[in-house]
Amino acid sequence: MSAEQAHGSASAEVAARVERRWATIAVIIIVCMALLAAFAGIHRATMPQPRVETIDPSRIHLSGEFVESNLGSVLEANGNVTVRAIGQQYSFTPACIVVPADTPITLRATSADVVHGILIQGTNVNTMLVPGYISEQLMRFTRTGDYLMPCQEFCSFGHEGMWGKVKVIDKADFAGRAKGGGRLSCVGQ
Amino acid sequence: MLVNRKLILAHFWLAFAVFGFALTLGAWQMFIRSPIGTWLSNPELYYRSLTAHGTVMGYVFPTLVAMGFGYAISESALEQRLVGVRWAWTGFWLIVAGSIMALIPIALGRASVLYTFYPPLIGNVFYYLGVVLVVVGSWIWVALMSVNLRVWRKAHPGAPVPLAMFANVAGSYLWAWTAVGAALELLLQIIPVAAGLKATIDAGLARIFFSWTLHAIVYFWLMPTYIAYYTIVPRAIGGRVYSDSMARISFILFLVVAMPIGMHHTFADPMVGAGFKFIHSAFTALVALPTLLTVFTICASVEIAARLRGGRGMFGWIKALPWDNPMMLALAFSFVMLGFGGAGGLINMSYQLDASIHNTQWITGHFHLIFGGAIVIMYFAIAYDLWPHLTGRELIDLRLIRTQLWLWFIGMIVTTFPWHWVGILGMPRRMAYFDFGDPAIAPQALSVTFSAIGGFILLASGIMFIVILARGMRAPLADAGPYRFALAVHQPATVPVALNTHALWVALMIALTLTNYGYPILNLALSSGTSVPAVYVGAQ
Repeated sequence: MSAEQAHGSASAEVAARVERRWATIAVIIIVCMALLAAFAGIHRATMPQPRVETIDPSRIHLSGEFVESNLGSVLEANGNVTVRAIGQQYSFTPACIVVPADTPITLRATSADVVHGILIQGTNVNTMLVPGYISEQLMRFTRTGDYLMPCQEFCSFGHEGMWGKVKVIDKADFAGRAKGGGRLSCVGQ
Repeated sequence: MLVNRKLILAHFWLAFAVFGFALTLGAWQMFIRSPIGTWLSNPELYYRSLTAHGTVMGYVFPTLVAMGFGYAISESALEQRLVGVRWAWTGFWLIVAGSIMALIPIALGRASVLYTFYPPLIGNVFYYLGVVLVVVGSWIWVALMSVNLRVWRKAHPGAPVPLAMFANVAGSYLWAWTAVGAALELLLQIIPVAAGLKATIDAGLARIFFSWTLHAIVYFWLMPTYIAYYTIVPRAIGGRVYSDSMARISFILFLVVAMPIGMHHTFADPMVGAGFKFIHSAFTALVALPTLLTVFTICASVEIAARLRGGRGMFGWIKALPWDNPMMLALAFSFVMLGFGGAGGLINMSYQLDASIHNTQWITGHFHLIFGGAIVIMYFAIAYDLWPHLTGRELIDLRLIRTQLWLWFIGMIVTTFPWHWVGILGMPRRMAYFDFGDPAIAPQALSVTFSAIGGFILLASGIMFIVILARGMRAPLADAGPYRFALAVHQPATVPVALNTHALWVALMIALTLTNYGYPILNLALSSGTSVPAVYVGAQ
């Protein structure tokens, strides 16, 4: 073996070693990311919608959970709040959702026609409404006030006009309004 | 040796012509929905434009670049005349026909469904048939790449396949398989409804099929760029590829793990359960691996070039790089944009973080930065590098080329950074206009204005690009010599079979797709009652 060849193979070894080290670091980074996501998902229950529920969109206005009289916010016996809403071209029903602050809220929503999306600005509330399926999202507001709720998915020519609103009010105030039973919303207020 | 120059030039010219057209539409869209534009009296025009922009930029432009570049690689890396030239022209004309067929209904406002289709919205059937023709045309290219490699192997038994061709064929297989998702959606679901044979469609299932295509298609767009990183840049700046086998491993990893990860686009969707969402999220993290390896290998290859040019010191070598060389400039810009875009991508694919930016303008900013920025700037570099070999004429005006690259980089940053920002503020995508008079939306006005200005910088750069290439067709004749690819520091005499063939990896790609997509697809396809009435667009 000539001196040059020996030098060549030695440098090849160095190159391979450095490369292996970098590959190992890259793998460690990726494994850590996946573990972190799994931990947060399992331990703190922060994860995208876990369950699949289906519904027939051509019948939602006739019977079941999403009939018009059942849409809006309701105070459950355990103090939590459930909000039911639907999206259709080109509005949400109810167009203004009222909820209390500092309360666990379950949003249940679906679409009556095409694919829509619900996004509440300034929060992490963000879900798709796909006709045929029910979307469910847990939320909790710490700040009272008005939030914009645009449709975040193209739903044909009126998409740009599909904006709803979320009004977060004081907990006691909400409890007072909910006394009479029924479904609450802030449409027209 | 480049024999079929006309074929390659036809692909590039058509690619850049449709690119110029779609870029103009894009700039108009940025303007019209910004505070400096006036509101459209007919918002439908915006969605027409958006459909055309997405269809051309997503399906036609990058496919033609990959095809033209693929033919060039096949002839020059294998040093073998292209086999099946007639078929190649057939593929080309299919793409021409398909593009025209798709663009007519779009222009008439009969197919404003966006390039992502979004059933149960249904447009004119010829739009979808046009897209199918484009894909079929590109599949001919896939077959030809495979055939040409096989012919070469027969003549060179056991020899290492040149890296450029190895990667090119890997990219073509990735495309062939990833296009199957959208093809199934179109052929089984959408086209029967668009043709009036059926009136209902399962929108959730369609979204899953589309996600099959939607993510890996990005890696198909990326392939020419990565091939340029590994096999053109080191040669153009006077260096060597740090490691030939690491390059092969990266391309194989793209082939295997780019596919079974598309459901990270459906984290916010109700038709997939948590398990598959998590699996896809984890696999998406894996796809960062080939990119991290590439960043290392390319930086090392660049350092080699700098040290060969007399660069010294820990970072001092950076000064010794040939910064006046367009290829060097394009690579640096591409890497900066890849870095920012990649970091954004890690947020998008994250199981938890996605919710804060899903379907906001952040996403649009993200893929424009990655695709329009990191990827397309290397398409420019590829064209500049190949042009003298295709035309037999020299590209003289290096200064103009550098200005064009600078403008594209600046334009892309000015466009996409504010775009990301308004996304964080919760601005939704794909709206024809915004009411900036609303106090809740008013704070986004300034950012959107910057984005629109960036759009015009990009348009200016795009026009310069086309002008430079057109002038290159009329420059004085000059023999550029044979087209060559970069050599590795340790050029391999033999390569392990696994790094020299694709069969094992294609099998793995298909197997992983089946495990990651099989159950969700079958589950939805077999469950009844999830089909919903179609909503025809443009019918009212």
